[in-house]
Amino acid sequence: MSRGHHGPTLVLPVGDRDHAQGQASAPVTLVEYGDYECPYCGQAYPIVKAVQKTLGPRLRFVFRNFPLSEMHPNASNAAEAAEAAGEQGKFWEMHDRLFEHQDALRTRDLVAHAAGLGLDADRIAAELKSHTHAPRVREDFMSGVRSGVNGTPTFFINGERHDGPWDHQDLVAAVEAAIEATVE
Amino acid sequence: MNNNEMTFGASQHHGHALQPGSRAPEFTLKTTPDQAVSLSEFRGQPVILAFYPADWSPVCGDQMGLYNEILPEFRRPQAELLGISVDGAWCHAAFATDRKLHFPLLADFEPKGAVARAYGVYRASDGFSERALFVIDADGVIRWSHVSPVGVNPGAEGILAALESLQHEESKS
Repeated sequence: MSRGHHGPTLVLPVGDRDHAQGQASAPVTLVEYGDYECPYCGQAYPIVKAVQKTLGPRLRFVFRNFPLSEMHPNASNAAEAAEAAGEQGKFWEMHDRLFEHQDALRTRDLVAHAAGLGLDADRIAAELKSHTHAPRVREDFMSGVRSGVNGTPTFFINGERHDGPWDHQDLVAAVEAAIEATVE
Repeated sequence: MNNNEMTFGASQHHGHALQPGSRAPEFTLKTTPDQAVSLSEFRGQPVILAFYPADWSPVCGDQMGLYNEILPEFRRPQAELLGISVDGAWCHAAFATDRKLHFPLLADFEPKGAVARAYGVYRASDGFSERALFVIDADGVIRWSHVSPVGVNPGAEGILAALESLQHEESKS
């Protein structure tokens, strides 16, 4: 890709509302818009983990919800469950567990995952039932729509949409290019 | 599935899609095997016309699937979304059922591609339309249009921005 990137950019900057792994001072922030029931996001999950391992403290990773709920009937509920777990301090544990159990995303599964993580499962069941976290999930979704997300997963590297392939090698190369760009 | 990677190698459109300011050509097309819809039925509200090449694109979160998720945002300014391709009404019916689409798909089937031609977005060499978007105002005038490379899902941001600018103009007048 050329240096002069004029593609879509993130309209909602990464901030306190986001779930992030890594330091805000990292030279590069990778944002994923993803769907827990999407098979491609399931493929991307271990790749992102490997990219984080390769780049260490040079990378901050942020996950935002983009559930295609008409296509994936459990996706919105799963996203809400991750947000509910986040309220109890275990967003990433739930995020990982959902991607590792993409075949178990019905409400009863989500509650069982919460219990398995040592969370207050009754509270999560109640929050799922009343859709406490649905507005947050929709906010993520619409921020993606307005930023040019048109399918999942979609990645942004320092705010610019990553329009290339997203296997380990490509993502690492794209992040390293972004690091170089910040140094220049 | 992310379609963006398909931008590489996709040819740019050099046709003559109708531009903003043009009157939107009237049409009547089947939405189901026994129902038809005319553009003029929607006079008084904005219409989003989304031409796409074909039903059954083999990706997750394809263009119609994405729009299906965003319908509440389209309908807030009372806009009606119409998908349109050269597929027949039976094919549309099966596709819409499979993808749980909650908006009409129009069959530009006989004579094939006639409406796409009228809007300047038919690919005669391929036998299907461009991926082209038109936002038509309440008076039937095209206010925004966009043609994407066929392999690229244009997303929804352009449509939402066009609908917002329509609303702003209305509130001023």
